[in-house]
Amino acid sequence: MTVKVASEWLNSCSGCEISILDTGERLLDVLKVADFVHIPALMDHKYFGQLGDGRHIEIPEADVGLISGGIRNQEHLEVAEEMRRKCKVIIALGTCATHGGIPALTNAYTTDEVLERYYGTETTDPPAAYPSQGLPPLLDACYAVDEKIKVDIYLPGCPPHPDHIFGALVALVEGRPPTLPGKSVCDTCPTVRKGKGELKTMRRFLQNPVYGAPDEPLDRMRCLLEQGYLCMGPVTRAGCGGEAIRPRCIAARVPCRGCYGPVRPNGNQMMDMLNALASNGIDVRSLPGIKSLLRFSGAHHLLRPVSPERRPHP
Amino acid sequence: MSRTITIQPITRIEGHAAIGIQLDDGGNVRDAHLDIMSLRGFEKFVEGMPAEELPRIVSRICGICPWMHHLAANKAVDRCFGATPPPAGHKLRELMQTIAHAEDKLLHFFFLAAADFVIGPDSDYAVRNVIGIAKANPELAQRVVKMRFLAKMILDKFSSKTIHPVAGVPGGFSKPLLEEERLDMLAKMHEILDFALFTIEFAKKEVFPKYLDTIQTLGVIKTGFMGTVDSAGALNLYDGKIRLMKPDATFVAFDPQDYIAYIGEHVAPNSYGKFPYARCWNEGFSLDLENPKGVYRANTLARINVADRMATPRAQAELEEFRAAFGRPAQATLLYHYARLIEEVYACERAIEILQDPGITDPEVRTAAEPRAGRGVGCVEAPRGTLLHDYTTDENGLIVSANMIVGTTHNLGPMNMSVNQAARALIRNGEVTEGILNRIEMAVRAYDP
Repeated sequence: MTVKVASEWLNSCSGCEISILDTGERLLDVLKVADFVHIPALMDHKYFGQLGDGRHIEIPEADVGLISGGIRNQEHLEVAEEMRRKCKVIIALGTCATHGGIPALTNAYTTDEVLERYYGTETTDPPAAYPSQGLPPLLDACYAVDEKIKVDIYLPGCPPHPDHIFGALVALVEGRPPTLPGKSVCDTCPTVRKGKGELKTMRRFLQNPVYGAPDEPLDRMRCLLEQGYLCMGPVTRAGCGGEAIRPRCIAARVPCRGCYGPVRPNGNQMMDMLNALASNGIDVRSLPGIKSLLRFSGAHHLLRPVSPERRPHP
Repeated sequence: MSRTITIQPITRIEGHAAIGIQLDDGGNVRDAHLDIMSLRGFEKFVEGMPAEELPRIVSRICGICPWMHHLAANKAVDRCFGATPPPAGHKLRELMQTIAHAEDKLLHFFFLAAADFVIGPDSDYAVRNVIGIAKANPELAQRVVKMRFLAKMILDKFSSKTIHPVAGVPGGFSKPLLEEERLDMLAKMHEILDFALFTIEFAKKEVFPKYLDTIQTLGVIKTGFMGTVDSAGALNLYDGKIRLMKPDATFVAFDPQDYIAYIGEHVAPNSYGKFPYARCWNEGFSLDLENPKGVYRANTLARINVADRMATPRAQAELEEFRAAFGRPAQATLLYHYARLIEEVYACERAIEILQDPGITDPEVRTAAEPRAGRGVGCVEAPRGTLLHDYTTDENGLIVSANMIVGTTHNLGPMNMSVNQAARALIRNGEVTEGILNRIEMAVRAYDP
């Protein structure tokens, strides 16, 4: 049995699509059960017909629609709406689609501020006007997919682990909803926690953590948060390690930054983290660039432009 | 009778782009151009962030080449904070970058580009893709999938996260390489080198000869070139001086820190993406096919054109054969594919060289950094061209301003020219077929945007 799959990328980087390819040799099994009818990264189906003479965006009908990326311009919106019309099930693939992702950091600024900087860098010849000819107008912010169309299944991650993508496709072929981990990164992290410490401030990640010999196993390294490094593990959904479970960044001896989005689907990673730190007696003012705690989940109006007079001068 | 043709989205590339072709009353091309449809504004939203966080943020510019942005950002922050990585820190970064190049070129050649040549440019779109190749030649497909995955998993296993990596850090690398990891990587890289050598032989025997006419005509334009070389003039992907070559093969070389004196960016009304050009040539900017101004190209063909030689033996032998056939600088656009496979051989050989360097397992991999006011330009060669990240920090080490010139954008002007050239050559008297439109896209795909 096969399912017809349509795949689209919106305000994204293509990392989610590469993660599909990173199912590795399972990719050939994926291709046996998933009949791709539209996937711009890999095949040549066109919006306006194969001769480019159509007037409206058209995507073929499919059982499953995968959408990566948030919605930042008019074309993204039209494509998302067409996907919704043509696909029985819509999967928001990756944290940009589920929560805005890194590109939703733009939501801390107005579109004009973004254009002013991008077309005003040191190397740019000042233009008479910003580009617009035949281009999809930008929306006022970067939206998660479910702010604009109904989403059936959420598969967060930056990118989602190939194990989860493979698992989701197999589940859909078998006609059941995919299951995803509901725990936090901390719940699945093997590092050693000794409980509340003497810590009063957080350190920036400007030197490597202490963990003994180069080959010291991860389960003998002291929790990075307890070493004083900001680690978003407590407020971030587990899953980045796929079936291997262990959190990827921490396995590289680097603290988590929250790429799987909030543990609770509607959680606020910044507020939850600040609360967690404050309740442990840590002075959260020791953290610079606090808005970057929302770097993966700034859609859903969590990040908003600050009026210029209220913005601290950098 | 005049009409507009919209090829959208351009497929089997990495970004969001479209081709617009306007035909006149006689059905001939009045204008053809490539439009970049998206704008995210990283230059703005990184302002105010702690600089040491940028390598983990700007990687999201590109999910195909996140290592490149990750490392360019790290190099920029090293300079802002005055933190010089220990030798092993640099070596591990270059090792990861080089293997990422090796993986990326296999991905591009087989998954994105090959269908045009192996299945054929005029074939049905439903089979003209990697899935079609998998069905037509399952044995080759299995090998390709396996080899690309092998390279990817070397990165994944050691660095733990390879789509949007985190192991490069300001001041160096986050963890040292163990001896057993080194031996494991070395064995795998030898296997991938064998496959790279098989691939270039396969392409030289089975692919390029069949399309010689197409290679000599499709999307051909005359431009300058840009790429990075080491102190001996050999191609280098991780560090060195940037060479900017004119079409007549004369060139200037400059330190990436000074890029602003050499590169400008033009803004066109029909593209969110900006068009970098050679400001230092003092001739302005024009994409006129007969008389372009300030236009240079980046990416594989550009790198092997500007380099005097390749630093590794097999790649050098390939370059000599290539140069004997096509000269220096070679201008034919589809030769990007050939150049890509030469660079694939180099990347594998270079990774093996680094892995044989006794210093690669040195446990000292990171210098502690102190936030401070500073400025730094980080530059590496991304698969798609010279990548520049330029950051300025305040006394707390927060980003005051950031400018980025991304590999692909160097080729926006040239891609526009190649599209225009191909459309004018292929569309006559209103006759438009799927095959013709795909050939026009092939002129874009060569650049691997």
